[in-house]
Amino acid sequence: MSDPSAATTPSGAAGARRPLVRLEHVDKHFGALHVLRDVDLTVAEGEVVVVIGPSGSGKSTLCRTINRLETIDSGRITIAGEDLPQEGKALAKLRADVGMVFQSFNLFAHKTVRENVTLGPVKARGVSAEQARKRADELLERVGVANQADKYPAQLSGGQQQRVAIARALAMDPKVMLFDEPTSALDPEMINEVLDVMTGLAKSGMTMIVVTHEMGFARRAADRVVFMADGQIVEDAEPETFFTAPKHERAKDFLSKILTH
Amino acid sequence: MDPVLENLGLFASGFLRSLGIAAWGLLGSLVWGTVLAVFRISPVPVLRAFGTFYVTWLRNTPLAIVLFTMAFGIPAVGINASYYVFGVVGLVLYTSAFVCEAVRSGVATVPTGQAEAARSIGLTFSQTLGLIVLPQALRAVVPPVGNVLIAMIKNSAVVGALGVGGDLFSVYNRLTSAQGYAALPVLTGVAIGFLVMTLTASALLALFERRAAVAR
Ligand SMILES: Nc1ncnc2c1ncn2[C@@H]1O[C@H](COP(=O)(O)OP(=O)(O)O)[C@@H](O)[C@H]1O
Ligand SMILES: [Mg+2]
Repeated sequence: MSDPSAATTPSGAAGARRPLVRLEHVDKHFGALHVLRDVDLTVAEGEVVVVIGPSGSGKSTLCRTINRLETIDSGRITIAGEDLPQEGKALAKLRADVGMVFQSFNLFAHKTVRENVTLGPVKARGVSAEQARKRADELLERVGVANQADKYPAQLSGGQQQRVAIARALAMDPKVMLFDEPTSALDPEMINEVLDVMTGLAKSGMTMIVVTHEMGFARRAADRVVFMADGQIVEDAEPETFFTAPKHERAKDFLSKILTH
Repeated sequence: MDPVLENLGLFASGFLRSLGIAAWGLLGSLVWGTVLAVFRISPVPVLRAFGTFYVTWLRNTPLAIVLFTMAFGIPAVGINASYYVFGVVGLVLYTSAFVCEAVRSGVATVPTGQAEAARSIGLTFSQTLGLIVLPQALRAVVPPVGNVLIAMIKNSAVVGALGVGGDLFSVYNRLTSAQGYAALPVLTGVAIGFLVMTLTASALLALFERRAAVAR
């Protein structure tokens, strides 16, 4: 498990790729609760890693430490070889490079769909309004909500909102995209429209860390599946291997539960 | 009501002076109160601690003590200004603690996911606050801040008691002590002066509340 990207990526292609996100011996507590225990994880450029595990196992926290929405107690996190900066301008700059998609969408409620997508490029990157708008319209087209650009988030369905949220993150041209259960808050009929966008993104070579229980997506798009339990990474394997022959008891147990649903 | 009608000019100038105190107090409290609220939610521990200390202290000190400290304590350490300035500053120091808490409670109504999304696209703390959080907090902030400001207009009467001069309180003193008018009708005139201010403020607030409600 020291450098899983080298060993387990299909076709071994990622083995030659540069590590983009690297967590080493990361520990995190919430008060007395030890939520991340000595977590090591390396994600190479262009790799898609699905994180799976029972509720409360620390998946969201793991995701959030990578753009420092949560601080860590000890260990090290680097992105493209650089340590996460402390609070301040440098951190804001780093966050612009790390896209994040939340379970509850979190679109800016007082801004139109297009404004949601242009705000980051204009305010954080200094892109001209004209250019940001052009790019926003392209991205909205790409995620299939171009005709909703002038509406407010509350006027959109959940699936549409989540696709806008993806466009908003993509507008920053991020190096890596984090997804924290992007389809868990959606009605079943909207899940696929979001997963399709994510699959397209994965195929386009985007580096992605995706917390999800959508096994179809994991099989289709992921290079690796990481299984977490009690704040630890218990198993790290190719999707096919993980779903058909999980090694650890916890993983077997978890899979049998979600498979019987 | 004779004393009022006979001295309408005096009352008018007293009203304007009192209005001035209230207006400066309002402006100062809004600005300083908002700055304090930003301190209290900022990521900088020193600023947060200062904000908490300030609010706890000023909210739990009687206004009269704050004003007397300004008017008599501060000059004693060698800082001099007119009673008018001391009065307004004291009023602002006191009221801003309440404005701070009202703004903070409004900010708390904005879901944390909004600020997290803003930070995650690379906005700085001040951009997150100014572009995302405060605009959405506005609707929730207006009513409680309005209440604080209306209370402040009434409190501004106490500033006159310091001896600012020329305000409605001094009009009362002059007409009753120097010119021997009965207290009650004169006080009624003074009360009407303050009513005009508070009722106008309430009406403006109601208007603003309605506009803040549709603006989203
Ligand atoms: N801000 C927080 N304060 C205290 N405890 C938290 C906080 N966020 C998460 N936790 C706790 O940390 C544990 C891991 O949470 P989380 O990372 O959200 O797990 P998952 O996403 O796998 O469900 C849970 O027990 C949760 O209750
Ligand atoms: Mg979670």
